[in-house]
Amino acid sequence: MATQLIDQFAKNLAPDTKAAVYDGSKKGHEKRTQLLFDTYADPNRLREIAGEIKQHVIENLDTYLPAVEAKLQANGVKVHWAATGDDACAAVRDIMQARGLRKIVKAKTMVSEEIELEHYLNKHGIETLETDLGEFIVQIDHDHPSHIVKPIIHKNRREIAQSFEREGLGAYNDDPATITARARQFLRHKYLAADVALTGANFVSVESGRLVIVTNEGNSRFCLAATKCHIALVGIEKLVPNDRDLGLLLNLLGRSATAQQLTVYTEFVSGPKSATQPDGPEEMHVIFVDNGRTDVLASDCRDILRCIRCGACLNVCPVYRQASGHAYRSVYPGPVGAVLSPLLAGKKFPEFADLPKASSLCGACHEVCPVNIPIPDLLLRLREKGKREGAPLAAAGTPPMGAWAVLASQPAAWKVALFGGKILNFLPTNLIPVPALRAWEAKRTLPEWRGGEFRAWFKNRPKP
Amino acid sequence: MSTSREQIMGRVQAALAPLPQRAARPDWDRDLVILRQAHGLTDPWPLFAERLKAVNGTPLTSVTELVALLGKNNWKHGYCDPALWPQLSGAFPSGFTVETTYDRTRVDDYAFGLTAAAGAIAETGTLILTDNGTSSRLGALAPWVHIAVLHRNQIHHDIPSAVAALPADPNIIWVTGPSKTADVEGILIEGVHGPGRQVALLVD
Repeated sequence: MATQLIDQFAKNLAPDTKAAVYDGSKKGHEKRTQLLFDTYADPNRLREIAGEIKQHVIENLDTYLPAVEAKLQANGVKVHWAATGDDACAAVRDIMQARGLRKIVKAKTMVSEEIELEHYLNKHGIETLETDLGEFIVQIDHDHPSHIVKPIIHKNRREIAQSFEREGLGAYNDDPATITARARQFLRHKYLAADVALTGANFVSVESGRLVIVTNEGNSRFCLAATKCHIALVGIEKLVPNDRDLGLLLNLLGRSATAQQLTVYTEFVSGPKSATQPDGPEEMHVIFVDNGRTDVLASDCRDILRCIRCGACLNVCPVYRQASGHAYRSVYPGPVGAVLSPLLAGKKFPEFADLPKASSLCGACHEVCPVNIPIPDLLLRLREKGKREGAPLAAAGTPPMGAWAVLASQPAAWKVALFGGKILNFLPTNLIPVPALRAWEAKRTLPEWRGGEFRAWFKNRPKP
Repeated sequence: MSTSREQIMGRVQAALAPLPQRAARPDWDRDLVILRQAHGLTDPWPLFAERLKAVNGTPLTSVTELVALLGKNNWKHGYCDPALWPQLSGAFPSGFTVETTYDRTRVDDYAFGLTAAAGAIAETGTLILTDNGTSSRLGALAPWVHIAVLHRNQIHHDIPSAVAALPADPNIIWVTGPSKTADVEGILIEGVHGPGRQVALLVD
């Protein structure tokens, strides 16, 4: 019986990393709970409404997508569509090559990770630089983010100081304030030398065409102050019907992600800079990306498209806390990743078919989700899909049930087996040469086999 | 050639067609999301100042206080919105160098940037900046200290009111305290890419 990949990963995780991830996620969860319940009498009501808003959006994308396109165009934004990740990468390249632009500064976008944009652009002679401190460290280390909002939760300050020294950002110093100051000094000159600001969007209001981009560090602001061209990569599920609903969702996003009332910078961007403004993009492009989302929409797991990428489900998940984000082998870790990654993988579903099993179904992720996604239900649906499609990874860590299935589907065979099972009462079961059984028997005693008694009672019971 | 747009729209329609009914848009009461303290305010400034301090921002009520703060920290070179400078310059003694054009080639020279706020939100201690109301995006962002000049009648009580009043402007920024990160071991550090010190200056 093979163990699950995620169990193997958790077992091999360095103790330092495990401690960092465990402490970081636990602290994040506790602060979130405290803030939400201090502020609101009934925070759960907010989560329910937010979930209904997002569910409404994804079930009406056929009207909202053309509507937001028209609004954005009216605001002076060029709208592009990308059915696949490759299409999205090509769209960024085309915009840049047509204008002779070569240098990108990136504020965090999960979609760019998903479509492996950096790799693609570098191959085509375009430089990309991550500007979020955590993402910047991930980039210089050729690593991968391990958390949706805390990308380097798995690293400690000593490792970061070594990376900075290696990259020529100053002599070894592991004081977080010094690390941050050095990044500030290095990156501000990079912003000013760049051609293009690449961002994602947390929400897009259909009513106004405003993209909402939130950061704590101010890197999206700097990207949008220093460069002349803004390209935003936006998943098609990011829409919100109107500005008013943003008032609710923004309250939940900051609290759920980092236990803040509001993230430090909430930017509402609806087009190129105004005529009187000396700084900022003269051109703005929005690329709407599908890359598997319409398949999710067609599935019985479409609720996951409500996700606003806050990371609260990671922080609370007992499996994430032990295994860390890299164990999920994909861009989206934790409970949301266990649902989203196999779905977005499309034909590669079998490669991620074990992820829905990386859960004890305790339900904590559902309880904290700001858009109330029933993650445990979706995990069960995906487990079933894995079984139905016979994905070998879906079976990892499961005892073989083939013989039981044959018996359970044939009443005659079942009856014989129930009766025949009595033979177990006379067998020296503690001598059976199966290590797992012997280990089990060493601590426990098998109850007496009483197969068939219920059937006999049922058949002979007094009938009304 | 079927474009990406047609493919996506086609797939969305095909995915949604089998749904017996679509989820309705919920209506919600704005009071649900409003902080208790923000109900029934007469003067929003005290709550705004309290909330701004809670996120390590600095509320000030006079230009004299501002000049003292800048002088004490030796923040002597700055940028100021040319429209604001005439009314503020009188309070700045000699020794200060204030430019009214932001030169992006000398980004390290400016210790402070003074620009106009377009509003504020009391319940969160948030300053609102707009593109039309800000003389330089970089001048309000790159210096270590940012001072937003605010009038009392510009302060919204709560987030729903501020959302309802979002102006037609291509780039509106809600600023809630100084720039910060906790990426390194969860330790809070201020002043990552934006200001390490965020000041709101009330002028009435």
